[in-house]
Amino acid sequence: MSIYMRVIFIICYVVLAPFLGGFLEGLDRKISARMQGRVGPPVLQPFYDVQKLLNKQVIAVSRAQTFLLMTYMLLMIFTGAMFFAGSDILMCFFILATAATFLYFAAMITSSPYSTIGAQRELIQMMAYEPAVLLTCVGFYLSAKTFNVSDIAASPLSHILYMPGFFFAFVFIMTIKMRKSPFDTATSHHMHQELVKGLTTEMGARNLAFFQIAEWYENIFLLGVVALFIINNNPWSILAAVLVILAVYFVEILIDNTSARFRWDQMLKITWLVTLLSAGVNLLILMLIS
Amino acid sequence: MQVIPFLICFPLLCAVLMYCIRADKVRNVIAYAGAVIIIAATALLVMQWMMGGRQPMELYVHTEMVNHLILAGDFLLMIVVTFLCFRYKKYLICLLSIAPTILIAYVELAGPELKEIAHVRVDYLSILMCVIVGLIGSLIVVYAVGYMDGYHKHHTEFQDRRYYFFMILFLFLGAMFGFVVSNSLLWLIFFWETTSVCSFLLIGYTRETEAINNSFRALWMNLLGGCALSVGVTLYIYSKGQDSLQELIRYGKYLDERHVIAFAVALIAFAALTKAAQMPFSTWLMGAMVAPTPSSALLHSATMVKAGIYILFRLGPAMSEKASGNMIALIGGFTFFAASVMAIAQHDGKKVLAFSTISNLGLMVACAGVGRAETIWAGIFLMIFHAISKSLLFQDIGATENATHSREIESMHGLLYRVPKLAIFMFIGIVGMFLAPFGMLISKWSALRAAVDESNILLVVFIVFGSATTSFYWTKWLGKIISPTHNAVHTNVEDITQKSETLSLTIHAVLMIALCVLFPVLSVNYVEPLLIEQFNHSAEVIPTAVLYTLIVIILLVFLVPFLADRAFKNRRTNVKLAYMNGINVGNNTGFIDSFGEPKQLWMSNYYFTKYIGQKKLMFPCQLFTLAVLIVMMARILGGVF
Repeated sequence: MSIYMRVIFIICYVVLAPFLGGFLEGLDRKISARMQGRVGPPVLQPFYDVQKLLNKQVIAVSRAQTFLLMTYMLLMIFTGAMFFAGSDILMCFFILATAATFLYFAAMITSSPYSTIGAQRELIQMMAYEPAVLLTCVGFYLSAKTFNVSDIAASPLSHILYMPGFFFAFVFIMTIKMRKSPFDTATSHHMHQELVKGLTTEMGARNLAFFQIAEWYENIFLLGVVALFIINNNPWSILAAVLVILAVYFVEILIDNTSARFRWDQMLKITWLVTLLSAGVNLLILMLIS
Repeated sequence: MQVIPFLICFPLLCAVLMYCIRADKVRNVIAYAGAVIIIAATALLVMQWMMGGRQPMELYVHTEMVNHLILAGDFLLMIVVTFLCFRYKKYLICLLSIAPTILIAYVELAGPELKEIAHVRVDYLSILMCVIVGLIGSLIVVYAVGYMDGYHKHHTEFQDRRYYFFMILFLFLGAMFGFVVSNSLLWLIFFWETTSVCSFLLIGYTRETEAINNSFRALWMNLLGGCALSVGVTLYIYSKGQDSLQELIRYGKYLDERHVIAFAVALIAFAALTKAAQMPFSTWLMGAMVAPTPSSALLHSATMVKAGIYILFRLGPAMSEKASGNMIALIGGFTFFAASVMAIAQHDGKKVLAFSTISNLGLMVACAGVGRAETIWAGIFLMIFHAISKSLLFQDIGATENATHSREIESMHGLLYRVPKLAIFMFIGIVGMFLAPFGMLISKWSALRAAVDESNILLVVFIVFGSATTSFYWTKWLGKIISPTHNAVHTNVEDITQKSETLSLTIHAVLMIALCVLFPVLSVNYVEPLLIEQFNHSAEVIPTAVLYTLIVIILLVFLVPFLADRAFKNRRTNVKLAYMNGINVGNNTGFIDSFGEPKQLWMSNYYFTKYIGQKKLMFPCQLFTLAVLIVMMARILGGVF
């Protein structure tokens, strides 16, 4: 991939990802509402929300939170930019982990009990999904012989053919990463439950807007990884990838609306088990045939 | 080339002085001077080696006298151990010292005529170890001067034997220098046993029952390793008629697994496992915590455990793609994962550090076991980062304990607001250890890739899961330091860190940051030549340009919000109380309970002691690794005979 292409991809990601992410979230809310028999907000509602948050008076428990959340957002953008520039996928996820640490700090620094418990649950979630994420990278490496996203995307065959187990494990942990029930222990997506709003309890105004925008960037990055399973050197595969992304997103919404929240230990056990059985077995097979 | 004997003998001289001088002030001054001279001598050694074109220096071929002295030293160690074993009624342990000493004496006096070899060999790896020992070790001595002063003011129940403590510290440094420059395996055994005995004496410093029990546990485990080492060396000597470490590695590389050399290598690697506190031998390092903090810092960072890692890195090429390599990689990988899981359940800061040391050493051991240029690259960086970070963290915990009278992680709640200086040092130490873009991460990246290349599926799984658990225990600790609530009430903690401690901590922190930023330079100019020397080919793990861009960009990423924060400073932020369901008490440290009474808010971390406590997991893990060791050793032995 030429340097110009890389730059174009980075610019596209940085500029378009929040719009795409916000739009998808709008669809998400709409579809969820329909599933629950409600009319639901307009599709552009997430943008109205963020706009309003950005213009509100800044109220915070700790001044340092802004700094931490901005770092979180920038690292998140950096992760996605690296990914879409075709860089090393394992490195992307390492930086993503660093970003998540800053989110944890931003919640811990508030001294609110709700926020603190939410932050600690976030940590457990990180521990739950990280093996699956790293194993997915390993799967790409075995399948494509490289960690470079640009080279992985240019393979003659879609990688999902070699790594269905990894795909399943990755989609499984996407539920955690996208903060969907049954794994939304850290934020409790539905208002006024036991955690109020988990680690976002004390984030308000501009800070919450940063958090929201970072989430959009993150979702687009994660969906990009889903696309990487499908894309090959045939341009038509991009269409297939888009369809798979939409299907995955729909499945996540469906799971979100049909399941009750798990306890942290259930989540950890199930996630690690799925990771081991699905990604681990796939890994074993890939190693044996290569 | 007199600087090498100087580096070994000068600490010995310091040790004698430490023991003889009982006036604290005078002894402290001499300890400072000794530390500075050791650093200077290390620098001189590095200079001389650089002037020689960085070629390996092979020295001291004819050493009749010294050989005899070292044999006498072996016996002296044996006598000391036997005496102490009898004094504390641990009779069986002394056999572990007597047997190898007699074996070695027999080999040396009645064994085959040994080929003439250079007894000392200084190459890239030795120089690196010398720098770690010389620099970090000396800084720990500097720190110890201040720390021990505070320690004995606090712990009046222990007899003040600082003269003895400093004697052992210096002895330790001397032995480590000897260990890393020895090419003669007979010399190496002597220095090996010296470090074992020194750590034993350090752990038992307070003479409490627990300390004595722990020190003897450390002793027998390390002496067991010493036995394996002696048997391995004996086999090698009888098979090849020489005791050069360099030649052993060459033989190990080219001879197949049916040769007796393969078993000798496996035995030496086994010995290294005990020293590097891998499972099932990790308990000695856990027990070592009863000693005053500088000794933990020394054992965990610059000396002792690094000796085991050093010998494994040396043997790496000889173990690669052999049964012994598989054994070492498996044990290391498993230890990396299991120890990091157990670290989650610890709430004593020093214990977390100890488990994290065992865990990180596990990763280094696994890297050595795989034995490819890439993994040794990763292992070397892990070792450097770990040495600085652990030394910094232990010293910092020691200072924190002196100030707050507790080393529980729970009591470090809001440390940033109570003892800011120490909290920042702690932050640097932890972050340098595991957060992107810093070295540990790159090492993990490289280790993972090499494990995949090797098709070592177990190692891949261990690294992947161990990496998740490692992040967990570090991050939750970091969160504790920055969260302000309940302890804000008793903020009046006096920071009684002495000047010498602060000096050492500052130098460590600066080193840590410099290393994080400059490690691509180190990689190109030092570690890659090191690999060429060991493997005849290097490993460009990540292109340097990429590394630099990564570092620069990430620094920018951190800089932008910082600047933005400065810019926003003047914008009014309305600071409110935290959400307590509307029942605040006027500040963030409490709430109104259901009886209408104010109650203090107390928040603690997750530890999961019930599920993954040390008591629950340690024994099964030890059993498993012991079984692996026995099966693999039997397999290697069966392949040979």
